[in-house]
Amino acid sequence: MENIDRSMTRARVGKAFVYLFLAVWAILVLFPFYWMLLTSIKSYGAYNGEYIPRFFTPNPTLENYAEAFTAVPLGKYFLNTVIFTLVTTAVMLIVTVLAAFAFSRLEFRGKDLVFTFFLALMMIPSELVVITNFQTITNAGLRNTFTGLILPSVTSVFYIYLLKENFEQIPDELYRAAKVDGTSDFHYLTRVMIPICRPTIITVTILKVIECWNSFVWPRLITDDTNYFLVSNGIQSIRENGFGRENIPAMMAAVVVISVPLIVLFLLFRKKIMAGVSRGGTKG
Amino acid sequence: MKKYGLKGWLYLLPAILFLGAFMVYPLVDVFVYSFEEGYNSASQSFFGVGAYNYAYVLRDEYFLQALKNTFLLVVITVPLSTSLALLISVALGSIKKLRELFQTIYFLPYVTNTLAVGLVFMILFKKTAYTDGLVNLVINFFGSPSVDFIEGPYWAKMFVLCFYTIWVVMPFKILILTSALASVRQDFYNAARLDATPKWRVFTRITLPMISPQLFYLIITGFIGAFKAYSDAVAIFGTDLNAAGMNTIVGYVYDMLYGNGGGWPSYASAAAIILFAIVLTITCINLLVSRKHVYYV
Amino acid sequence: MKVVLEHLTKKFPSRNKKDKSEVIAVNDMSFEIPDGKLVGLLGPSGCGKSTVLNLICGLETPTEGKIFFGDDNVTALPPEKRGVGLVFQNYALYPHLTVRQNILFPLQNLRGEEKLSKEAMEDKMLAAARLVQIEQLLERKPSEMSGGQQQRVAIARAMVKTPRVLLLDEPLSNLDARLRLQTREEIRRIQRETGVTTVFVTHDQEEAMSISDVIVVMKEGVLQQQGKPQEVYNDPDNLFVAKFLGTPPINVFDGEVRGGRLYIAGDAVMELTGVSDRHVTVGIRPEAFRVRDDAPMRCALVGVEVMGRDTTIVATSEACVSGSIRAVIGAEYAEGVGGEEVRFYLKESKVHLFDPESGERIRFDAAKAL
Repeated sequence: MENIDRSMTRARVGKAFVYLFLAVWAILVLFPFYWMLLTSIKSYGAYNGEYIPRFFTPNPTLENYAEAFTAVPLGKYFLNTVIFTLVTTAVMLIVTVLAAFAFSRLEFRGKDLVFTFFLALMMIPSELVVITNFQTITNAGLRNTFTGLILPSVTSVFYIYLLKENFEQIPDELYRAAKVDGTSDFHYLTRVMIPICRPTIITVTILKVIECWNSFVWPRLITDDTNYFLVSNGIQSIRENGFGRENIPAMMAAVVVISVPLIVLFLLFRKKIMAGVSRGGTKG
Repeated sequence: MKKYGLKGWLYLLPAILFLGAFMVYPLVDVFVYSFEEGYNSASQSFFGVGAYNYAYVLRDEYFLQALKNTFLLVVITVPLSTSLALLISVALGSIKKLRELFQTIYFLPYVTNTLAVGLVFMILFKKTAYTDGLVNLVINFFGSPSVDFIEGPYWAKMFVLCFYTIWVVMPFKILILTSALASVRQDFYNAARLDATPKWRVFTRITLPMISPQLFYLIITGFIGAFKAYSDAVAIFGTDLNAAGMNTIVGYVYDMLYGNGGGWPSYASAAAIILFAIVLTITCINLLVSRKHVYYV
Repeated sequence: MKVVLEHLTKKFPSRNKKDKSEVIAVNDMSFEIPDGKLVGLLGPSGCGKSTVLNLICGLETPTEGKIFFGDDNVTALPPEKRGVGLVFQNYALYPHLTVRQNILFPLQNLRGEEKLSKEAMEDKMLAAARLVQIEQLLERKPSEMSGGQQQRVAIARAMVKTPRVLLLDEPLSNLDARLRLQTREEIRRIQRETGVTTVFVTHDQEEAMSISDVIVVMKEGVLQQQGKPQEVYNDPDNLFVAKFLGTPPINVFDGEVRGGRLYIAGDAVMELTGVSDRHVTVGIRPEAFRVRDDAPMRCALVGVEVMGRDTTIVATSEACVSGSIRAVIGAEYAEGVGGEEVRFYLKESKVHLFDPESGERIRFDAAKAL
């Protein structure tokens, strides 16, 4: 019995260590979020007056948020990003669904060859193609336009692949039954396949929205007019020359504003997003 | 049947147009660029064909600095983040209470804007006229002098970059490993338990082989991702990475293309192709190594 | 090694989080497994038989009650110290290890005084492999073998440490029909050869009846009956056991005892003593029926199925509550059967009476078929 007691104590101590370890990482993850929230509600004077930063602020203020929306066109960046994200995602969905449907359901010559070619394209890093895209868009006079921003951001071979795999799991019988009933292919796609594969389509949509919301490199290359900046570029320009002086609380207010939408989206669709990312997401 | 054939291509047309214009054509073009000597965006002309661009890039101090930075970043962050993620996932797997809460928290960095949160990291580490920054205060507390992590010595800057990179890549790794661990059937653990298998042996002989495909997938994508690092560095050190001495290969490509001293797509192309060659080589080595050590069902 | 379960109860918290009530998987079970016997733990799925197995091997701890191996109380002992071998339903062979490595695995865990030399381990591994006749497959991986072969490896792995008790969880459920027959003979043989006390769990009564020395029938966590298979079959304690054992299943009728006679659908079919007048549920085994033109029990004939040496007569009766009546008779007696009606008389020992409410057996003293 003494033995059992001792092993119980050991197990308990071990468990405590596990929780401690997990808690430390949780704090490391959460702390930056806390810090940006905290700083964003400190007044400019208070922030700069604290040689030793305080972990609480006695006089919270929203003036930084006002500053963030007035001194720099944060609202404009926000709107741009929303437009960019919505249009890109919508176009991507149409293109992807049509292609996945062709690969999974239709018969045509050269299908396997084209599909293999598509798969090969998955391995091409975007860094290789961005150079020519930059030249193409510049030469077409599409710098500082939404068209220029959106067009090269649409394609995602991986999503075509993911959706095609999912479409193929729908039993052939359904297709034959629909054919017997005289359903057209397009009808079958919109009435049967898309509803059945809704979870995957939602996954793809969410992943694309995250990708668009955070995209930085391409917008930076293709826009230098602040009227077309997305939030990432906006943040970068705020950092380098926004607010006229080193107004860190206002900067943090801007950071909070652009971080909130995705965090809210995440908390709402937590399970879906995590399942989706584990099926087909990478970052970087 | 003929009608069908046409229909298939019709459905595929949008994808082919987009991919053709923005992936296939550029892919060919980047090789062409990389061999066109003296090409200039402004004049749109070149005066020779050859490997000069590669030679130039490989001799460029900035490129060599970027190469060194990138390699250091890869060598430090990939093993560290993967093993840390494994440790965290195993810990997560051993608890029941608060597990979902921890998982949710750990995933947060995935859905945040790299540039935005990078700014917070900068502030935490930065030394300004007003304050030494929170991290330095902690260091001071332990009796060491302050370090300027953002504009100070190289190792300090590299530390911040690695720290932030790991912070950013952890969610994905934890997520993948947690679900990999959860998918190992309880029966195997029960069988091992009946046989009085010591814990470390269960881990090395059962758990690790069972999750080796996912672990390996993370190592490969980790390598690829780290070699393409850029946004993280910009987030912390600003767009002028060369001045900070913290440029990465991808950063060098973009700088050559546009930005400070830009307008040289040929140099950019050569650098991008060198990067691609490096990544391809490393991935192949990874695949070869994995053959021996990864167990696939 | 004799295994004794004393008033064993296992409660699980309800899956529904808001509902605080508990699920009782095993309810006050007591029985004794004699040394060196093969015992079949039998019941429909969800009756708690797998829980009993997990309690015996120690993967679950009982809420109440005690477990003895021989004279040792092992209730609080962790599974690794009990000396049991368990064969999992889906075998749980380590897929990345070869057969050899799988069988060696338990031996390599031995520490201290029990630690074996390389040669000793090899010998034991080979002996186990030989026992289940897989010596020629040692270098294969589980995925390269058939279900039956995997099953043998799983048994070898469970046997290699010469356990005190061998436990098998639904050992045949993942096999196809032909392999099932073969494998159950194999299990019987291995058990005989080694003399290890063996408990196996199954929902298939035929499987349990065919190889067990003793069967234990469970329903909803409660022990129904235990005994030698034929005894339990011939003398069921309640309607559940009677219905659960036997193929085709027992035929069930509404009946009435009046004045020392048993009536089914108005026909007096049997004389009996020791039962007062009352409603009863009558269970009649398929092999209890005999055909005779002037027999008392009149049923509407549906058809005659000839299957090899046996003939099944399918009939209906208004009093039958188990669908249609299936009577198995020798082929030579079936020749005269035809037309609208078939008349049966009954073999007394194959007729059982039960209480219509509780399903408990009503025993009669003597009976004579009419």
